[in-house]
Amino acid sequence: MKLYEYEAKNIFSQFGISVPRFKVVSTPEEARSAAEEIGGRVVVKAQVLVAGRGKAGGVKLADSPQEAYSYAKQMLGSEIKGEKVRKAMVSKAVDIERELYLSIIIDRSIGAPVILASPEGGVDIEELARTKPEKILKIVVDPLIGVRDYHSRQAARFLELSEQAFRKAQEITINLYRVFENYSCELAEINPLAITPEGSLEAVDAKIILDDNALYKYPEFSSEFTRDLGYYEAEAKKMNFSYVELDGNIGILCNGAGLTMATMDSVYVLGGRPANFLDIGGGARADLVERAVTLLLQHPKTEVIFINILGGITRCDEVANGIVGALKKTGVSKEIVVRLKGTNEEEGRRILEENKIHVLEEMDEAARKAVELGGRR
Amino acid sequence: MTVLVDSETRVVVQGITGREGSFHTKAMLSYGTKILAGVTPGKGGSTIEGVPVYDNVIEAVRRHPELNTSVIFVPSRFTADAVYEAIDAGLDLIVVITEGIPVHETMKFVRYAKINGVTIIGPNCPGVISPGESKVGIMPGHVFSKGHVGIVSRSGTLTYEIAYAMTKAGIGQSTSIGIGGDPVPGTSFIDALEMFREDDGTDAVVLIGEIGGDMEERAARYIVEQGYEKPVVAYVAGRTAPPGKRMGHAGAIISMGVGDAASKIKVLREVGVEVAELPSQIPSLLVRVLKK
Repeated sequence: MKLYEYEAKNIFSQFGISVPRFKVVSTPEEARSAAEEIGGRVVVKAQVLVAGRGKAGGVKLADSPQEAYSYAKQMLGSEIKGEKVRKAMVSKAVDIERELYLSIIIDRSIGAPVILASPEGGVDIEELARTKPEKILKIVVDPLIGVRDYHSRQAARFLELSEQAFRKAQEITINLYRVFENYSCELAEINPLAITPEGSLEAVDAKIILDDNALYKYPEFSSEFTRDLGYYEAEAKKMNFSYVELDGNIGILCNGAGLTMATMDSVYVLGGRPANFLDIGGGARADLVERAVTLLLQHPKTEVIFINILGGITRCDEVANGIVGALKKTGVSKEIVVRLKGTNEEEGRRILEENKIHVLEEMDEAARKAVELGGRR
Repeated sequence: MTVLVDSETRVVVQGITGREGSFHTKAMLSYGTKILAGVTPGKGGSTIEGVPVYDNVIEAVRRHPELNTSVIFVPSRFTADAVYEAIDAGLDLIVVITEGIPVHETMKFVRYAKINGVTIIGPNCPGVISPGESKVGIMPGHVFSKGHVGIVSRSGTLTYEIAYAMTKAGIGQSTSIGIGGDPVPGTSFIDALEMFREDDGTDAVVLIGEIGGDMEERAARYIVEQGYEKPVVAYVAGRTAPPGKRMGHAGAIISMGVGDAASKIKVLREVGVEVAELPSQIPSLLVRVLKK
């Protein structure tokens, strides 16, 4: 789960990483008084989770409290790349001499944390990795040992700093690793890390992505776990299912992530357009299957529902009862293609066929049938 | 021959008294897996499906010195502890079925296992099966059949789908390894390819990948750099997955421009790996490469 900039900055502050003074506001009036209180030039920043808010008008420099008021008025309630702006940050505008980059990520290939440092911050790090890979230093940290002074010296040296800033960069590297560990981060990033004319280092922007599997450790965020999810994703999450919205018309419901992906891919390869990814996992009972099917019956763009079950711990009769229950309770009729294979297959087939739902045995023929009903691309 | 598990495998089930643990203990026993002991702290002295339960792994190993493998079903909050315990008890192979373990914890126990020379399969995986010999995991045994093709996969049910298609086509498996759907697995595709390379009971390998990370790309590099002798065929799931979305598995996410299916498929094909468009095509690809 990605945190908002202000949440990340609050964490940074607690861990001794200096950030420009800021206030979080939700009305233009609050923005004006925040700008008055902070004094001088301020930056008004929309608090959204989508990337690229700057180019989309979500970051504005204000010379006066009145200007901060107008910018906040424009931003609050508007949408940036489809995400509604509910809060904005009014932050002190800092003079920047140079911009650096510093982050700690989990490197999946190595299975370890990696410190990334660059003397050329302020730009997209993926872009920098493509154009000037020699400007990025990568330091692998043994997860059992954690960050050490020699790592931080190595990082700070690469940033081409004065002696005073060098020590601060070392401190920030250590502190950023503490944030990374304490909050079970997938990513903790400062971009840019600004050097001011006075020689101090300030985290002008902040990004933290928490590991969803570790959220139970941070109840302060987990209550808002579903905040960046759409309606269908949030509903599926409540049932412990995974849901992802796609742009076609054939709804996909399967057990297991790999099979669900392979099913939507098969529909695509055979010429159709998958509408969503809905993985009900292993061992779902009839009541949960019913809720999952109901979700797809209610989904406006889904015209055909393709249910592909290869039952191991998932029982085909439970799935069949779930499907029948959803159709009866919602009264919605959509084309449904079912492929059932595995545990209690015969019983599942009997239940569905009694309710006039045709059951197929092989995945390919079922995918072809779904494409035929949904129409080709 | 097989890899990782065979008729000599002697298993302790950690979390044996839980719903999942007891259910799959029964299923593994009926498949013929030799389970000598179970562990649940505080439940020592009882039995599950005739298997004696101990309070800790060290005691189980003391009572059953033949134990060499653990399969872990304990809830995600307690899994790391269970893994360390199994490593310290001296087992050789640890299969971690549990899903939802924080990746910071996984990174640490995977590293600790490496230092101690212990193999970890998973987390978030279906386990390992050598058909007809031993099943250490949760897969339905009947879709597999004894033979000479190795399977290594990041997915569960998709593996069953492909194994089922192979079995129907008369192509059996030496061993099927589910390495799991997490971003940091204990065993990688390369590790599994190495095992199958050394195994004279394996003639070809099926690699079942998916979006996220670069494990498929690294496997492709390994195949070409090592001049891998055995034919490899593959399927990669998630070509219609949008970037930035987690597709069920914690590790199945295209992020920071890395991990889409199209580039994985391209890299695999470049090194001569045949990649199926549909899971059902795997058997015919195998027939083709095995004829060569």
